[in-house]
Amino acid sequence: MKRKVTQMRIGAGMLALAVLATSLTACASSGATSIVDKAKNDKKLVVGIKIDQPGWGLKKPDGTYAGFDVDVARYVAKALGVPESGITFKEAQSANREPFIQQGQVDMVVATYSITDERKKKISFAGPYLVTGQDILVRADDSSIADVESLKDKKVCGAQGSSSPKRLADKFGAEWESKNLTQQQGYGACLPLLQNKQVDAISTDATILAGFATQFPGQFKLIGKPFSTEKYGIGLKQDDKAGRDAVNNAIEAMFKDGTWRKAVDANLGEFGKFFSSPPSVERY
Amino acid sequence: MEAVVDELPVILQAFWLTVKLTVVSGVISLVWGTVLAAMRVSPLPVLRGAGTVYVNILRNTPLTLVIVFCGLGLGTVMDVQFSADDLSVDNFWLSTIGLSAYTSAFVCEVLRSGINTVPIGQAEAARSIGLTFPQTLRLVVLPQAVRAVVAPLGSLLIALTKNTTVAAAIGVAEAALRMKNLFDAHGSDIIPIFLGFAVGFLVLTLPVGLLFGWLARRVAVAR
Repeated sequence: MKRKVTQMRIGAGMLALAVLATSLTACASSGATSIVDKAKNDKKLVVGIKIDQPGWGLKKPDGTYAGFDVDVARYVAKALGVPESGITFKEAQSANREPFIQQGQVDMVVATYSITDERKKKISFAGPYLVTGQDILVRADDSSIADVESLKDKKVCGAQGSSSPKRLADKFGAEWESKNLTQQQGYGACLPLLQNKQVDAISTDATILAGFATQFPGQFKLIGKPFSTEKYGIGLKQDDKAGRDAVNNAIEAMFKDGTWRKAVDANLGEFGKFFSSPPSVERY
Repeated sequence: MEAVVDELPVILQAFWLTVKLTVVSGVISLVWGTVLAAMRVSPLPVLRGAGTVYVNILRNTPLTLVIVFCGLGLGTVMDVQFSADDLSVDNFWLSTIGLSAYTSAFVCEVLRSGINTVPIGQAEAARSIGLTFPQTLRLVVLPQAVRAVVAPLGSLLIALTKNTTVAAAIGVAEAALRMKNLFDAHGSDIIPIFLGFAVGFLVLTLPVGLLFGWLARRVAVAR
């Protein structure tokens, strides 16, 4: 009996070694291959998405995912030859999106991911598949806020670790930041403050605001005058030119065959009108 | 490393708020904790019961829950306001209420253990010369009790310093919240920023530990 246990231990050890060896070679090879090859050969992709962003990437209580980013990811994966069952969604938080792509933990990131030059130093972007800008969400019965200038003497809620509150703080100064700005843990936490009139407005990308506001029809309105430009792209490995081209083709096909429009309206409801037409893809 | 140097004013501002939160909540918890300890050793069953219930609820509830209750429950739903036009003042006092309510339960228990180190004969002697219960506590028992628990009170203060980071949950712009914002702005410098804030906390807490260790030895009651 004792002998059997020892044998099993040795067996387990060898198994672990074998797994380690394959994972090591997998690491070594995945750096060189394109997402196109991986999709074609494995019929599997790992996609980084947000799981807490209504309308964009949301993990529902039953474990399925919904949102515009999810629809885009599924469309692109299908165009690359990966069926819906071959997609593994993985939560990407704002701060870990670049490391996820660089380390190969995900094959692509579709997570309200703004294209910036700073980020292009580490990864590359396909798209944009949507253009938005920082906007303002107010209570539906509040007509005192017309544009960003009227926020000067209003109280505003933003999320920690988001660049949107910083833009307002830079604009209105440190005293305004201290007195008029509160930074909560995520934009979802701002909604009760807005409902209870502790703040007068929430300000960030129109996309995110629209996503939250669709959960409470009729309670909030979007000002609809964006004062910045954010281009959402799909994050890929920096040197994967072939993959970028293929994903760009898929995005353009999605614009053309009407799937893009349908996805916007399905996920954003009454706020879909703020995203009237698809942007043009920037290839590089 | 550049990120830490560039953002030094922001980081220092954040830690200044951490210090303010710690000092204000520390003072309030010391006062309120002493009152609670007095209640728990008082001859009145009602006061004893009330003190016991308070301490057991607050001591056994996670701090995050207490702080979020103060922010959402008191602040948002019950509309408790400390300033009509300044959100940071509101958040500061709401989180201070939470931190003090929580920490005072621990202060109470530390003080009570100190009271137990004072020989019963002291209190009996005090009562026999005609001192009332409050006088006995104030003049005889507490001065000796506090001396016995200086070191654990120091540990509580260190814990409180670190616990102030939970105030970020309701939007107080202290060190933890600022750190989160810096992560987003300087995604490539996550480790230096992290180390910078860790050092910041060490700078605050190490001297507290040393000071209270020294103080404990100095004021110890020789028995």
